[in-house]
Amino acid sequence: MTAMLEVRNVSKSFGGVVANHDISLEVPEGRIIGLIGPNGSGKTTLFNSIVGYHPIDSGSIRFKSREISTLLVPDIARLGLLRTFQQTRIYGEMTCVQNMLISVSERNSRFIDLFTSQTGAGVERADELLEFVGLYEKRFLAAGTLSFGQQKLLEFAMALMNDPHMLMLDEPTAGINPTLINGLIERLRRANAEFGITLFVIEHNMRVIMNLAEHIYCLAHGELLADGTPDQIRNDQRVIDAYLGAH
Amino acid sequence: MSETRANLNVFFALAAFGVAAPFIFPNYMAQMTELWLFIVFALTWDLVGGQMGYNSFGNVIFIGIGVYATAVIQVALLYDVGDYNAARGGGTSFVFNEMQYLEGLALGLPVSAIMAALLAVLIGSAVLGMRGQYFAICTLGLGIAAGEIAGGWEWIGAGSGMTVPQPPPAFPTTRLFYYLSLGLAVITFLFIGWLLRTRFGLAINAIRDDEDKAEAMGHYTTRIKVTAWAIAAFFLGIAGGIYGNLKRFIDPTDVAFPGQTIGVWMVLMAILGGKGTILGPVIGAIIFQFTKEFFWTYLLGWQRVALGVLIVVIVVFFPKGVVGYMRNRRAARLIAGQGR
Amino acid sequence: MSNIDLLIDAPILLVQLISDGLMIGAIFALAAFGMALVWGVMKIINICQGEFVMLGGYVAVWMASAGVSPFLGVPVAAVLMFIFGWLLYQTIIYRIVDHDLFISILATFGISIVLQQLMNEAFGADVRIAESGLGTWFIFGGLVTISQVKVVAFVLAFILGGVLVYFLKKSRVGQAIRATSQDARAARVLGINTNHVYAITYGLNAAICGACGALVAMAYTIHPYIGLPYTIRSFMIVVVAGLGNLGAVILASLGLGSAENIAGFILGAEYQLAFVFSLLVIVLVLRNWRLARKRQYLK
Repeated sequence: MTAMLEVRNVSKSFGGVVANHDISLEVPEGRIIGLIGPNGSGKTTLFNSIVGYHPIDSGSIRFKSREISTLLVPDIARLGLLRTFQQTRIYGEMTCVQNMLISVSERNSRFIDLFTSQTGAGVERADELLEFVGLYEKRFLAAGTLSFGQQKLLEFAMALMNDPHMLMLDEPTAGINPTLINGLIERLRRANAEFGITLFVIEHNMRVIMNLAEHIYCLAHGELLADGTPDQIRNDQRVIDAYLGAH
Repeated sequence: MSETRANLNVFFALAAFGVAAPFIFPNYMAQMTELWLFIVFALTWDLVGGQMGYNSFGNVIFIGIGVYATAVIQVALLYDVGDYNAARGGGTSFVFNEMQYLEGLALGLPVSAIMAALLAVLIGSAVLGMRGQYFAICTLGLGIAAGEIAGGWEWIGAGSGMTVPQPPPAFPTTRLFYYLSLGLAVITFLFIGWLLRTRFGLAINAIRDDEDKAEAMGHYTTRIKVTAWAIAAFFLGIAGGIYGNLKRFIDPTDVAFPGQTIGVWMVLMAILGGKGTILGPVIGAIIFQFTKEFFWTYLLGWQRVALGVLIVVIVVFFPKGVVGYMRNRRAARLIAGQGR
Repeated sequence: MSNIDLLIDAPILLVQLISDGLMIGAIFALAAFGMALVWGVMKIINICQGEFVMLGGYVAVWMASAGVSPFLGVPVAAVLMFIFGWLLYQTIIYRIVDHDLFISILATFGISIVLQQLMNEAFGADVRIAESGLGTWFIFGGLVTISQVKVVAFVLAFILGGVLVYFLKKSRVGQAIRATSQDARAARVLGINTNHVYAITYGLNAAICGACGALVAMAYTIHPYIGLPYTIRSFMIVVVAGLGNLGAVILASLGLGSAENIAGFILGAEYQLAFVFSLLVIVLVLRNWRLARKRQYLK
């Protein structure tokens, strides 16, 4: 069975600096896959390459058997591959509901459909998803006035609103109050189990990723260092060295 | 009262005033006609600027297209445009009767609208591919370059300008232009008001707030941006056609492509009234027109200096404008009310 | 077009055009350097850059009309404009330093309008010059004329530029300026009063422009409306050359000067401004298109 996402021998350099070198990995459908590595190992660069944020130097990236390394960002998003940002990006001046409404999938609509009313079937679903992440009471507030953690939840809800097939999350628990992390993890699991969304997660929090992911890839110095189940990674000496050595 | 209700009330009051004004203030028809056109300038600017985040200093290129296209069509229906401009137009050799004049106008205005919108589509994907300050200064360059280039084109009169076709003296042009401008302002306001309540309105706000995010969520932002600019251009083209006729004489850099005056003023109007709101540009245009007329009448000689000072003061001290100020006050009152 | 044929028949004309272009180009380079300074340090695009040049020019004109040699006008204009720029910062500019770029563009645009119109009121719209009393050299059998004062202006521009670069590299103030431009927060942490640095930088830029203006008044002409074209030229040069690359700034400036002259000859003098502003649009569009192919955009 072909994986939902296939990354083959992808390399990317900026100026003289090699950010990713010859990386190959796979994300099977319906699974939760982790991506770890010390700071500067090229995780976010790899994410950016996959979603089309910049062109890659060499290699191939296939999503649902389709080559996407030459596609532009909106086209990749429309195929059902979404990502969340490390710094959490939402539409600050718009209300939470409006943020949700504009995140409805464009996959099956034509340009002219943009000229329909804002209120409609989407509002109900937006309310449901906002309830799902616990932001229902704040739905008419401007998104920019939310706390950082709440914005992260909003970004997650917006991603769900878009009906993605696969969601790539860049450090979803970074900056979140530790007491709220469990709630977020729970929602991620439910998104995967109930909505069938494949997850590919960059994480620094080892406790989180070891509990969440079924398979983990570890990057170091721009290269793939190791991969395996959480237990295998936990005990892999190379991974331990990479993290300790980085300090 | 909700903001939408307040907006509607203001709109109806203004529209009613607009219809009645020629009878109440018959001596100020020219200034009021200009006011309705300014409202169109400000509203269309804000659609692309305040609502979408693309602050253009060059929307005058669409006004200029309208100015020249309408005049050229008005002339071309009856005479050779080159000859007309070589002879500096007007006089006894180039006469227009009522019917001819109206026909020219009726054809010229829609064609201006379409030509302006086409220009936006043609250059839009290149120019709107730039962001922030680069877009602002590029459009500034466009506006002024257009004026300078028009000033060298003999066919439309070059630097000497072009006389707009005149109808017979008895024809009530003042009334005609007044109600044309008022009508255009009303239609522009209603159309943009509707547009902002569609998903397109959400999309352009999303582009303003975080364009990269909008793209990452699957929006074809280039298409959306160009459409918004083309819509603005459409209304500006018509406004330009009326404006040129109003001024009776087209100077390439002062009337057609006024990059350092109207091009900047429309930005000021939107900010003064409240960027990114539907009523803001309207209020801003009204305040600006009153202030400008005041300066021109009582500060003659120093009126432009005063305008420059006004720009600095507004931008530095009141960047949120009238509507922004009112919203803050409402929010403060709500919070104070909850505190009790 | 007959003018192009003229150029082909008599290539010596090209020498004239380019030599004139190089000489004005040096002044462009200086003004562009000042704009890059303010942009890099304070993140402000100073739309009234050209008006500072214009003001400096009027200082020289005024001094010449009072009987003083316009060469003295260069340092006097620089000092006066430094004070003016410093004061302008303390009253207005400091309020817009941390706001978004659009606000700074609009505010400095407003200031440029005020300055333009004030000078229009004070001196009238006529073209003015500060007579230097220098003559002309004739070379290539009289086919190419080189105005001596333009050569002096060219040399002075380079000297001033050199002094500037030395000052920024070696002096304590210069180092503080460079530190702030690289990382304002870090500079503050290290004890640098960034507000002070901003004020001095803005004043310094005004002084640079003032000196340019005096040179322009001596070697060319000035009137109240020369401002915006100078601003646009400086902006164009900075966009093409980048903020840090002095060599590129000089090359781009000299190139622009020559290109303008040649275009003015081929298209006619009345199209020279059209050329400058159109070139701006073309430069920006091309730059952005090249970035777009790497899926980026001008930032």
